[in-house]
Amino acid sequence: MKDLVILGAGTAGTMMSNHLAKRLPDDWRIRIVDQRKIHHYQPGYLFIPFGTYKEEDIIKPIQQFIPERAEYIQQSILKVDADHNRVYLEDSRVLDYDVLIIATGTDIAPEEIDGMLGDHWHKSVFDFYTLDGAVKLHEKLESWEGGHLAVHISEMPIKCPVAPLEFTFLADAYFEQRGIRDKVKISFVTPMDGAFTKPVASAHLGHLLEEKGIEVVPNFNIMSLDGERKVITDYEGREVSYDLLVTIPTNKGADYVERSGLGDELNFIPTHKGTLQSKAKENIFVIGDATNLPASKAGSVAHFEGEILLENVMRFINGKELLDEFDGHANCFVETGHGKALLIDFNYTHQPVSGTFPIPGVGPLNLLKESRMNHMGKMAFKWIYWNMLITGKHIPFVSSKMNEAGKNFEEANV
Amino acid sequence: METTIAGQIIDLNNEGYLTDLNQWNKEVAAQIAQEEGIELTDGHWPVLEYLQEQYRNEVPLSIRKVGKSGVVDIKQFYALFPGGPLKKASRIAGIPKPASCI
Repeated sequence: MKDLVILGAGTAGTMMSNHLAKRLPDDWRIRIVDQRKIHHYQPGYLFIPFGTYKEEDIIKPIQQFIPERAEYIQQSILKVDADHNRVYLEDSRVLDYDVLIIATGTDIAPEEIDGMLGDHWHKSVFDFYTLDGAVKLHEKLESWEGGHLAVHISEMPIKCPVAPLEFTFLADAYFEQRGIRDKVKISFVTPMDGAFTKPVASAHLGHLLEEKGIEVVPNFNIMSLDGERKVITDYEGREVSYDLLVTIPTNKGADYVERSGLGDELNFIPTHKGTLQSKAKENIFVIGDATNLPASKAGSVAHFEGEILLENVMRFINGKELLDEFDGHANCFVETGHGKALLIDFNYTHQPVSGTFPIPGVGPLNLLKESRMNHMGKMAFKWIYWNMLITGKHIPFVSSKMNEAGKNFEEANV
Repeated sequence: METTIAGQIIDLNNEGYLTDLNQWNKEVAAQIAQEEGIELTDGHWPVLEYLQEQYRNEVPLSIRKVGKSGVVDIKQFYALFPGGPLKKASRIAGIPKPASCI
């Protein structure tokens, strides 16, 4: 009997357990470890602060999505001993493996910023990257009378890099709906040099911020937060004051990654960008947000990685050369408020482009263009997520490699 | 886009970043630094070399990573390359602009 162990039963881990259950030979056992009982539909966090979704709309039991063939172990991970092919769990169980897949993602680490945690946490300073944070922010927003809302990114990389911008657009629409938009000043505070940093996206979308009266504070690398004065300060001494701060704290990989000596300074795991094999060991593969790849940390990326990882695990156990094919493909809906969204499609080398998706020249979705159809696509995605994506079913017309047909690359290759 | 920097023909993208690190040398660096309003000193070179080494090893860069590199801390990094240290230092080092989103 041979052993394949998957660490993490989120988007990537659950999807891989389903892929592998169909393909691994019968003499392979599959075990999947996660400390949680509940699977969160994380793209749904964005909508909770505005009351569009409630907590119960975005959670389901993990076990429901694990294939029969795999054993689900609900337990914390203590450590991976990569030299001896072993995983130690908190209940002192030891799992030996022939192949290990790490899919433990990323989480917020507000303790990384001086002063971010304190009495003000979830009172005047909020995150929406956890279910708890999103729910508390909803309660706050419902009773908020207005003032200065600063939406803030602590440092890159973060999961779903467009979510802060979407939050900002949705907040603008939300306050308008509540009739208090004129009492709210909205700022977007970012360590990057703008809200849209890539030239093509910037050219297509730059007007959105202006139209919505959102001020951008670029190149702001936070050093500390003063919860009493309600001020954040950057490394150059610049200050931004707020009444309500919605921050994306530093994102880090899981703690056991650090204890196992497998991660970088943020516990992300050095990974070969085309094959998804870890740089530390040949029999360790990494997928999704847990990698250090220069791709977006997003479910769509994990989805595209999944097909190549499946192929490479099969090749690895058969002693064949790995495919060096992952191209960094990402595909994201971006909510812009008022029932509209836009869609972006990009990879390691191509920045977001205009055109149609998923069928070249037809659509029905338009890239880089606000439309109601794109918003409907985003809302329909929840069903696709639960019923196709994490269960490892093929999504029609959407391929792991970026399709170059029907897209306007001539204006993108800059 | 081809341009002449320090008497050499250099390929730049439209944001002014070198597209081929092989075309980089210290004179080129000094001139790009000048455009960024920076006079290169002994303190700058180890940082530029560190960035290039990380780039060659395909390691994604961040301000935090540079701050933990042992070469400089974050405050020194800002002092050397004021106003967007990673973007400016990357341009002077001849490596691509650090990856960001859209």
